[in-house]
Amino acid sequence: MPVSTSSAGLPLWQRRTTAAQWLRFAAWLFGLCLFLLCWKVISDNTMWVFVEDAGRQGSDLLRRMLPPRWEYAEKLWRPMWDTLNIATLGTALGVLMAFPVAFLAARNTTPHPLVRSLALMIIVSSRSINSLIWAMLLVTIVGPGVLAGIIAIALRSIGFVGKLLYEAVEEIHPTPVEAISATGASRLQVMNYAVLPQVLPAFAGISLYRWDINIRESTVLGLVGAGGIGLALNASINSLAWSQVSVIFVMIFATVIVSEWVSARVRRAMI
Amino acid sequence: MSLHASEGRLRAARQGQWRRQPFITGAGRRWALAVAVLAYLVLALGSVDVNWARVAEGAGRAVNFLAAFTQPDFTSRQGDIIDGLIESLTMTLTSTVIGVLLAIPVGLGAARNIAPLPIYALCRAIIAVSRTFQEIIIAILFVVMFGFGPLAGMITLAFATIGFMAKLLAEDIEDLNWRQVEAVRATGAGWWQVMNHAIQPQVMPRLIGLSMYRLDINFRESSVIGIVGAGGIGATLNTSLSRYEYGTAAAILLIIIAIVLASEYASSHVRRFTQ
Repeated sequence: MPVSTSSAGLPLWQRRTTAAQWLRFAAWLFGLCLFLLCWKVISDNTMWVFVEDAGRQGSDLLRRMLPPRWEYAEKLWRPMWDTLNIATLGTALGVLMAFPVAFLAARNTTPHPLVRSLALMIIVSSRSINSLIWAMLLVTIVGPGVLAGIIAIALRSIGFVGKLLYEAVEEIHPTPVEAISATGASRLQVMNYAVLPQVLPAFAGISLYRWDINIRESTVLGLVGAGGIGLALNASINSLAWSQVSVIFVMIFATVIVSEWVSARVRRAMI
Repeated sequence: MSLHASEGRLRAARQGQWRRQPFITGAGRRWALAVAVLAYLVLALGSVDVNWARVAEGAGRAVNFLAAFTQPDFTSRQGDIIDGLIESLTMTLTSTVIGVLLAIPVGLGAARNIAPLPIYALCRAIIAVSRTFQEIIIAILFVVMFGFGPLAGMITLAFATIGFMAKLLAEDIEDLNWRQVEAVRATGAGWWQVMNHAIQPQVMPRLIGLSMYRLDINFRESSVIGIVGAGGIGATLNTSLSRYEYGTAAAILLIIIAIVLASEYASSHVRRFTQ
């Protein structure tokens, strides 16, 4: 009971029982200890000498980055185009692959529970591995270049699009499905006329949202050799040309802002 | 134009031929979109040059890599894997805690309904910068500043967490139920009391859910920022891949997938508990 009585016999209000209070205290204490332990591990692995002059390093870095060497921007149009292609083609390819996977993973459209768990496994493994790791793998397989980037983005997108889409499929209204099946429609026809029209808007929105994320992710894929503006970034950093790095940062910032705006506008127009 | 199209549909329907409603209204717009998409595809695919000889050569490696997943090698680099994992996990936890704590003031400042304009603009700028750049780019800068190791990684992840959490928190605050705020204000409560008794109870469940989600994201990110020297399992993974030690790489990837799965399972439980 969260009510206790004072010594004078008057009831006092208390939010929690004593046991609950102790439990909360123990949980917070445990959390704090865990945090401090983790902090100790990090602190042991850190060279504090380097951290001490971080301010100097930071201001030094800033001085080298400013002013940006704007002439360099002319050389960046081609890498930028490659980056956009990686994001767009990768999203398209990923969405194409995610589409069937999502229908196999949704509880109401899957042909068999075993197929469902397989589809869920594809989604989870695609989601838990970062696109940079996919890119590293693919660079060793198909060689450095834009193709590796496209496939990496596609493989990463399967999980994201697949997960959101299968949740949308599971939330559809059952009445149209029943109505269409009552006309004697086959499984595929039910899919086409009852399920698909209900999830198509969600599907388009999810794809655009992922495209927007993919633009952001494709800017760094070049760091591991998978093409795009990341290659230029990597080259500039390796040659310590920080004034070029700042130009690249400005380009990335502008592209991401514009793509976010475009994706938000188109999504609003559709819904 | 759309009128014409729908008339055509109606005429066909009267003759017993049913056509479904098009997703995009207007035949002209549909054609323009199709032509634009086609033109883009031609241009884009034309500019992708693929070295097919290299791809054919790599196909064998792909098979090797897939084969490695059937017998992942956990033992031969056990020490490195364990060190990397401990670094990744500690980085994840500390950065999430610090990031969420710092995100709360930024999120409060970025909510238009409770913050004055200058603070709003400043906090939105912080969010925009932190969200635009990928963790790995920020990691490069912090590695230059703080030296190699997990501290740079932790600061990177905390910085990225601020943008993510503050944006979602601000959106949450912007569409909270204003009546409760008015009610608490009407009792003569000060700013802190309004925050604590009117706003915090409304956003807390989602804040906890989002923190769990961010913990999950931070772990996934901590597995890549090691590539640029910011500590964690990414360095081990990168080394094993560039040495073509696919057994070890497969083992690391399997561990990452398992941890992500476990944390997703745990966070769904926590969310059910708080909501």
